[in-house]
Amino acid sequence: MLTRRIIPCLDVRDGRVVKGIRFQGLVDAGCPVENAKHYRDTGADELVLLDVSATPEGRDTAAKTVASVRQVLDIPLTVGGGVKSVEDAARLLNAGADKVAVNSAAVSRPQLINELAEAFGSQCTVVAVDAAATRENAWEVVTVSGTRRTGIDVIDWVVEAEQRGAGELLLTSWDRDGTREGYDCPLLHAVSGAVKLPLIASGGANGPEHMSLALKAGATAVLAASIFHSRETSVTTIKQALRTQGVEVRL
Amino acid sequence: MSAVVIVETGLANIASVEAAFKRLGRSTLRSRDPEQVLAAERVVLPGVGAFGAAMPTLRSTGLGESLQERIQRDRPTLAICLGFQLLAQASEEAEGVAGLGCITGKVVRLPANQAVPQLGWNRVTAPKRSRFVESGHAYFANSYCLRQAPAGWTSFTTTYGVSMVAAIERGAVLGCQFHPELSGKWGANLLERWLNQEGSAC
Repeated sequence: MLTRRIIPCLDVRDGRVVKGIRFQGLVDAGCPVENAKHYRDTGADELVLLDVSATPEGRDTAAKTVASVRQVLDIPLTVGGGVKSVEDAARLLNAGADKVAVNSAAVSRPQLINELAEAFGSQCTVVAVDAAATRENAWEVVTVSGTRRTGIDVIDWVVEAEQRGAGELLLTSWDRDGTREGYDCPLLHAVSGAVKLPLIASGGANGPEHMSLALKAGATAVLAASIFHSRETSVTTIKQALRTQGVEVRL
Repeated sequence: MSAVVIVETGLANIASVEAAFKRLGRSTLRSRDPEQVLAAERVVLPGVGAFGAAMPTLRSTGLGESLQERIQRDRPTLAICLGFQLLAQASEEAEGVAGLGCITGKVVRLPANQAVPQLGWNRVTAPKRSRFVESGHAYFANSYCLRQAPAGWTSFTTTYGVSMVAAIERGAVLGCQFHPELSGKWGANLLERWLNQEGSAC
């Protein structure tokens, strides 16, 4: 039986870790390699590195960042941000990513998911979905760092992503991102009921209680950034708390 | 110390394997040369794409024969994830495509009642005293698995809906369904034990 995974997320812009609220107002949170070492040594099960650079120069920096992080990292690394083609994904995998996440480009051109799954396998193909609530128990996909509302129903999209060969979903609640109000559990419940894929919950974590609720709602892994970057808690501390609640974790 | 030779048969997370050996102080070399793969002190066959795509490449390049011979002669060889599955006789992933046949059995799809692929940390059980593998948590990323322990090998299991083979070892040869290069300190220790074994005579 798989343990539940705790995944710190590094949002990287021009070679630095940053964090904002609802994808805006980014503040510096240190060096990616130092952060990666810290999380490696404090019990992280995996790392996600999302390149939020706005420029092509920033994108080149991202591949270098991936290569430097890989040198110190002995756990899986998922990399996303601006991946539009098999070539983009190959560049990141060559640099040292184990999985590649696609988001906006897959919404614009869903065939990209098939191409990645065919080229590298489903276990390598993560579809990142940013979801914004529209009314009770309904969410739409938002893209381009939350700036574009697509009108696409989140459930329809994740089912399509699974059929096209996605191996994992990284589901971020745009409404909760950086707010520390807790994960959007109805969203997790709805998505986990619609697909059988491993599901990473993202957006809104403030501690083990939120994570426990997300896992009960159907997530197989929980991702957080703000609470880990501030060092107010650690992955190990959270895992110890989860274990006392009967959640199976790797300690 | 000679470089660890990594068989390059296509795109894979080879960078992760290289980084893992580098952290253990060992250099690596990517190779598609069957003679180099046959002669090398230590060879790694990493996880590479799909069974149906990898086998024809191994056959047409002669790399497959080199690997078969290494394993037959008990030369230090490590097969990871799909690399491990390629050692079997066949796979449901590509019906009609013969594997390397170094181990008995056919690779099958993970049970339909489980999330596929299996992505995450699962418990590996090593009941017997073994050369390389110890009990612990390993990182898996697979949609197919070997259910039956192959004859003549020490097998280690994990459970994902059903019992499946997590690793096998025999002499200097180690096969892992999981990714030791991504399995934290536990995985690094496993790689180190495999690296530090006495090399058998060529």
